[in-house]
Amino acid sequence: MRGAGDLVARMQMSKGMRNEEAKAYVAKKLSVGIEDLTDPVIMNEVRTDLGIGVMTPLPGVPKGIEAKFNIAKALDIDINCVKRFLARTS
Amino acid sequence: MAQYFSRMGDGSPIAVTKDEIMADLIEGSEDAADRAKVPALSQGEYEHLLDIFCAREKFMSVEAGKEVILTYDAGTLKIRRVGVNVDRIQALQIYEKLLGADTMELSHVDYSYKPVKHIAIFEQPILEQALLGTHIPLFYGAQPNLGMYSQPDGPFPNPAELMPMGKIQEAQESYEASVVDLVKDIVYVASLMYESGADGINLDTTGAAGDADFLAALLATEELRAKYPDMCIELGMAGEFVLGMHSQLKYKGHRLAGMYPHDQLKMAELAGATIFGPVANTNTSKSSAWNLARTITFMKPCGEIANIPVHPNMGMGVGGITVNDHPPIDIVSRSSKAMVEICRLDGL
Repeated sequence: MRGAGDLVARMQMSKGMRNEEAKAYVAKKLSVGIEDLTDPVIMNEVRTDLGIGVMTPLPGVPKGIEAKFNIAKALDIDINCVKRFLARTS
Repeated sequence: MAQYFSRMGDGSPIAVTKDEIMADLIEGSEDAADRAKVPALSQGEYEHLLDIFCAREKFMSVEAGKEVILTYDAGTLKIRRVGVNVDRIQALQIYEKLLGADTMELSHVDYSYKPVKHIAIFEQPILEQALLGTHIPLFYGAQPNLGMYSQPDGPFPNPAELMPMGKIQEAQESYEASVVDLVKDIVYVASLMYESGADGINLDTTGAAGDADFLAALLATEELRAKYPDMCIELGMAGEFVLGMHSQLKYKGHRLAGMYPHDQLKMAELAGATIFGPVANTNTSKSSAWNLARTITFMKPCGEIANIPVHPNMGMGVGGITVNDHPPIDIVSRSSKAMVEICRLDGL
């Protein structure tokens, strides 16, 4: 989560993508270079801008399930617990 | 001749020459190639490994751009194992926020599907609450652990007692009956956890009790895949070689006994697994160079032929890493670097 490892993992887990494909997919969706995915400085800014969760969250930024709603949107994937949250609240 | 710091498979420090390292690399690779009927490493790969082992740095890493993600087995259990007295949700947060984990796994201290079955409804609320407060993908995991289904721990006659009496058919029937119950338990627990929101299910240390154990994991994976087409199922192995405890079990026409990682991978794919975790076990009386070259020789064909992500097990006693409660970073980092750079892997 210091970079984008959790996001790359989500693509492997949800779409069965292999590592290179998953990295390329995430980089494209986040509009960053593949080499940026492991850079904690760049990714902290990107993650803050997209509201997808950061290591040191400031007050008011999306956290936990809030951030996972934004991750699902940013990566265009279904996240099981986000679907479950929606099903139980809407 | 210059001496280089290295270790034996049990972690003991040793001083070795370049020639000794190269000899061990070749011997370890050829051992794996002979057992699994796969190619030994190339001259270029031996030389790359030699460079890694002869580097003076204590910690090594892959070149930029070759990073892979990490998945974990027995995640929250390990926090308890080291005596850190925190709740499991806090353990998940520690991994996520303090250790920077890419993924994490919620697990029970009695890390097998059979005991978890009885308390699964108490595990669900923990998982549901954890999912509200964390960001990284969360697995729920446990071991198939077929051994828990035979007497005195389980309902079926113990094959290890039947076989010495010459009751081979009875032992095989006991294994077959155990498989049926184990599949039910895995599917039951995994279904509850997935319906509570888990991002994935981990079947860890698969095949520990031999071919029947592996068969149960494959059948459970197949059933779960049919029931939940989007479920992530990670299938991690117990060893490099499927023990033929039953010896005649087949999955979709393929005899499981004696399978090495590249064949195990194909079974995992056939069953519908999302991620496969192959294993190569460490030999404590051989050097780290021998163990790592052997591991890479097993893993390389997996990465080359896989249609799903491959996450080899790297930790105490597996993946070329020493059998020691505190794996030294020199060997952990060398093994990780070498595995990722030589094999086409997706995670560790």
